[in-house]
Amino acid sequence: MTVRRSIMGIDGPEPLAKSLRAAQYIADEGLATAAYLALALGKPLLLEGAPGVGKTEAAKALASVLGRELVRLQCYEGLDASSAMYEWNFPRQMLAIRQAGDAYVNLYSDEYLVARPMLQALQAPRDRILLIDEIDRSDHEFEAFLLEFLSDFTISIPERGTVRAAERPVVILTSNRTRELHEALRRRCVYHWIGYPDPVLEAQIVMMRASIVAQDTARRVVAAVGKLRAEPLAKPPGVAETVEWAEAATVLNEQGVPWPRAFARAIGVVLKDQDDLAFIAPRLDAILMGTAA
Amino acid sequence: MSELASLPRPLAPFMAFGQALRASGFAVAPEQLNTFIAAVGLLGPKSLRDVRRAARATIGPAPERCEEFDALFDEVFLGHALTAEAFGEPEDMPTAYDAGEFEMMPDAGEEDPSGAEASLAERLFARRFDGDENELLRVFARAVPAALPRRRARRLIGGKGREPDPRRAFREMLRKDGEITQLPRRIRQMRQRRVLLLIDVSGSMKAGTDGTLRLGHALVQAAEQVEVFTLGTRLTRVTRALKHRSRDQALALASGLVADWDGGTRLGEALQVFLSVPRFAGFSRGALVVVLSDGLERGGPEALVSAMLRLHGLAWSVLWLTPLAADRAYRAETGALKSILPMIDRLGNGMNPQAIAVEILGFSKGRRMAAALTA
Repeated sequence: MTVRRSIMGIDGPEPLAKSLRAAQYIADEGLATAAYLALALGKPLLLEGAPGVGKTEAAKALASVLGRELVRLQCYEGLDASSAMYEWNFPRQMLAIRQAGDAYVNLYSDEYLVARPMLQALQAPRDRILLIDEIDRSDHEFEAFLLEFLSDFTISIPERGTVRAAERPVVILTSNRTRELHEALRRRCVYHWIGYPDPVLEAQIVMMRASIVAQDTARRVVAAVGKLRAEPLAKPPGVAETVEWAEAATVLNEQGVPWPRAFARAIGVVLKDQDDLAFIAPRLDAILMGTAA
Repeated sequence: MSELASLPRPLAPFMAFGQALRASGFAVAPEQLNTFIAAVGLLGPKSLRDVRRAARATIGPAPERCEEFDALFDEVFLGHALTAEAFGEPEDMPTAYDAGEFEMMPDAGEEDPSGAEASLAERLFARRFDGDENELLRVFARAVPAALPRRRARRLIGGKGREPDPRRAFREMLRKDGEITQLPRRIRQMRQRRVLLLIDVSGSMKAGTDGTLRLGHALVQAAEQVEVFTLGTRLTRVTRALKHRSRDQALALASGLVADWDGGTRLGEALQVFLSVPRFAGFSRGALVVVLSDGLERGGPEALVSAMLRLHGLAWSVLWLTPLAADRAYRAETGALKSILPMIDRLGNGMNPQAIAVEILGFSKGRRMAAALTA
């Protein structure tokens, strides 16, 4: 196992948390540790959590801290190797044959190779970060295939031979946990469960993300969202919803809607499910009451 | 413990931690322990908090088991004593039983020594099958291979698909000087999904178990990748017995294996045992899981709920067939069944083999309706 103690001047979880903060992302201790360990040990980072807690954002922030381009591979059921790794540009190959006539032409040169996210990350591990998003949506076959990729970081192209990364690329996987991931995949990764942030942290996040929101508003919104999350909702609001709610309520308030009403009228950005809305409606005032005081 | 003594002293707690985790059912690979040790080295460690954070990141316990994980950590690294009852195996957990190839012929009536130190009075006796529904089983076996749900394979094969097959077209052109007369097409291969049949053989399901096992035999014979287990006070794998071509022989073997006919119902615990054996739990991954049970659970539903939550996460779909649903006015009312409704894709009629056959044949992805019987 190759261990790099310092990556681009970051030599511990605390410096990393500080840099992430500069990149507009507030990471708690656990996430900073997991991310630092993943970088230092050269292992993939697996982030799990409910939708909207900022898993993808964490990857984006990490990319900007390292000054690398984020290559994103969105998973879906039926994702196949050609859209994840590489494809040959067949029309160009055919044109090349016709143009060449009797002359020799190398049809398997870089010119005809279309690199997809996984190959892109391998080709330039120093410039790119690979984000494999919502891995739980892909099917088991792709997950099994990923095992091989994540342990060796090689892709074999039959016509060209094996492509090997010059150094271990930084890979981040995210999962919404709609199904359990294979134990073998989890084992290869450094793992972190992103939970809902505590109220103080969430208020900071709201302030950072939405600059128009006043501190007082942020605190109220966070308290209300905390209460909503305690309710048995089909879609509990994530951090993204909190930020949007605070922003929407502020905008409404600027246009002359008084405070408690502004929150209630902007409820559509937080609860996006008719059943949830109907369930909460009778008690919405009670939930907002504590926040409007 | 003797190997531990030969290790460098500072490493001992890490190894002990790994062993403690494994003893409590966490799957910890040696590689993960190595990573953990390397991570601790990287972090300083300035305090025990660093060690704990490293443990969490590298071993990655599932969020719902975090507390248990932390308690074990405290036990090993801080020397805190554990409360014995919190994590110990409950004494009367059902045991898993899978007859290997060499014990295929148990004597009828002989109790299996490996099973059951259960405190409840298990009524262990083998019994004979009788009855005859040849025609139904024949029809079912013919229809089922086409009716079972399929999954897409990752591989594309040549066929009459809509998508052109550029690779083959290109090869063809190379062979024919750049000309092509017919565009090859390709299609995604389809494979049958695994089917997992979990049969409740407790006293309350007594009337139906014979017929159900015969149906299970027909299913094992007709389709690929079918696994059959019986659940009662014990978990028994009967797939291997049912693999016998001859129905009578297969059923005789199966009825000899199952020792808990008509015993009490401890569905939740039996399911938890099923899930705790990795090889068994693997059968349910991506599979169509058919549970034949009335869901009448002795005691509280917590064990059943947690087991179903996991099963739901592993399986492609869960089809729950209960004999009680034969009545059109049936609503799930028992606490146990009510609380697991969200984890079930369909709650259907399991009154007799015919009804079960109809449910299995009718359940494919296109007709995956929400539980029609929910209140």
